[in-house]
Amino acid sequence: MTGRSVGRQALTVVLFLVAVLVIWEGVKLLGGDPWRFQDASGQEIVYQPPFEWEVAGDRALPHVWTIWNALAAPVQRQQTESLGAFLVGAALYTGREAVLGFIAGAVLGVILAALFVHSKLAERAFVPYVVASQTIPILALAPLIAFAFGNGVVGIVIVATYLTFFPVTIAALRGLSASDPRAMELMRACAASKWAIFWKLRFPSSLPYLFSALKIAATASIVGAIVGEGNPGGSQFGLGRSILNFNEQYGSGPEKLWAAILAASLLGIVFFLAVRLVEHVVLRGRPKADVG
Amino acid sequence: MSDREAPKPPTTTDGPTAAPRRTSDTVVFTGSIKDFLAQEAAGDAGPPTAGPMVELTGVRKVFETTGRNATTQVEALRDIDLSVASGEFISLIGPSGCGKSTLLRIVGDLTSVSGGTVTVRGKPARQARLDRDYGMVFQAPVLFDWRSVQKNVELPLEITGMSKDQRAARAREMLALVELQDFGGHHPWQLSGGMQQRAAIARALALDPALLLMDEPFGALDEMTRERMNLELLRIWDRTATTVIFVTHSIPEAVFLSNRVVVMSPRPGRITTIVPIDLPRQRDVETREMDRYFELVTEVREALRAGEGGPGGGQDRPGAGATGDAARRVAAEGIGG
Repeated sequence: MTGRSVGRQALTVVLFLVAVLVIWEGVKLLGGDPWRFQDASGQEIVYQPPFEWEVAGDRALPHVWTIWNALAAPVQRQQTESLGAFLVGAALYTGREAVLGFIAGAVLGVILAALFVHSKLAERAFVPYVVASQTIPILALAPLIAFAFGNGVVGIVIVATYLTFFPVTIAALRGLSASDPRAMELMRACAASKWAIFWKLRFPSSLPYLFSALKIAATASIVGAIVGEGNPGGSQFGLGRSILNFNEQYGSGPEKLWAAILAASLLGIVFFLAVRLVEHVVLRGRPKADVG
Repeated sequence: MSDREAPKPPTTTDGPTAAPRRTSDTVVFTGSIKDFLAQEAAGDAGPPTAGPMVELTGVRKVFETTGRNATTQVEALRDIDLSVASGEFISLIGPSGCGKSTLLRIVGDLTSVSGGTVTVRGKPARQARLDRDYGMVFQAPVLFDWRSVQKNVELPLEITGMSKDQRAARAREMLALVELQDFGGHHPWQLSGGMQQRAAIARALALDPALLLMDEPFGALDEMTRERMNLELLRIWDRTATTVIFVTHSIPEAVFLSNRVVVMSPRPGRITTIVPIDLPRQRDVETREMDRYFELVTEVREALRAGEGGPGGGQDRPGAGATGDAARRVAAEGIGG
């Protein structure tokens, strides 16, 4: 059941990607720049789309195969490493930071929620600040964090943590307080300690809520890592840096930026699916494993 | 069905006031676990005394609800005096809102009193709860979805810190007692309502509680399953040393199970009558066909109606007898559970 459900999820992702490709090329077919092919004899064939839309031009929206071919080409002139290999390396680098930030954010979120659920005073005192923390744009905060913690992985992980802990705190707080009141009485009748109530009742019954938040947090942590890297002096490596570099070189090769964006979104999808897989394993044996 | 179990239950044909049965000659449980539970109960004042299991004196309960403008007070219980002997089976019956569940929760220290005293085994209710003298069964089974049935029964044992092997053995024993030995590996939601409630009873009995508090445990079950569960409960009660306080709104159930039926009236909740049930202790399907049984059902029904302050009281269901008849026939043919 688990395998099939995750398989179905993967299939949905593939179908979605196919749909994106069809729409992408469909738009170019209707309003892009002229398409040039060579037939078998080397004769050039030109297809002129009926409309002329700026967004569908080769500069704004390169052909899918242009991006695909660029992946195999060298990342820069006079370099042997292909763009594809370079992006895989960059994605692994960014992914590592995102995972670290994700774990730190998840742990921080659960600890904060556990604190709040046991102390109304702490909840009243700190929850407004947790919420307020998310109103500060991360773009404004990232340079400050880099300034405080120096350039490098630590600052970037902190940015990823910052984006991750919020949804986890809110969902975990809700999940930890959502235990069946009769089950609480049952634990009380057994004279269970707060510790036992937390680990045997509150935490297990919060897991469906927690996993909903962790799936959001998985993608948020990648956004955080990319923003952290892209921050001035953030990092020499990773997808964030690549995106900024390819952005500067957009005029000479728009397909490189698109390839980097593609890599970033694939990384996000992989992370999301990984969390979902863990969710299925952890919540197996429950009547309603799927909460979204 | 009940005599399928290997060890013969200790004979408890004596009345409720017999010497405490919670003694070492109760051979139902194996030595090591018994030792553990004895250790666990070491904080108690030694073996139970001949005094009452539960003693309520002048208990009052007032609920305060703070509205927008004013605080309203609702008197839920007034002047409750009740003494429950060790080993007794007591039912609390009354119309909705008579505070019978509140009274049970007060005994179990899940709700505080507004006045009066509650002692359980000679201790304040709170101390008795901390000593784990209670087993609780609610109307809903309240089993944890993420645990197997076996692990659900082990839950209270985990909380006391019993070792893994001991609690597994103890839980298996309890599941055998409620005849769920083949379902330990199932998840609660894979069981029928009656089976879930039996698992809840197994869990409540896992710590070998001196006092079992049951709040309409069979209220959500169909009539057939309920009658079957009544028999099961009596069998289990016979084999353990537990005192039971049982909240119900079913007159036949109260009469069939109890040594005494405590009849309550609403607003404020008071004890109007206590009906002693002088049926033979050994009760079975045929008990429900005895003349004395019907007399007692009528007696309780009239006591309820008197408490309501007139005819047409809410709990009097004219069709109940007929339904019971039909259910009994089906149950005798072995359907249910």
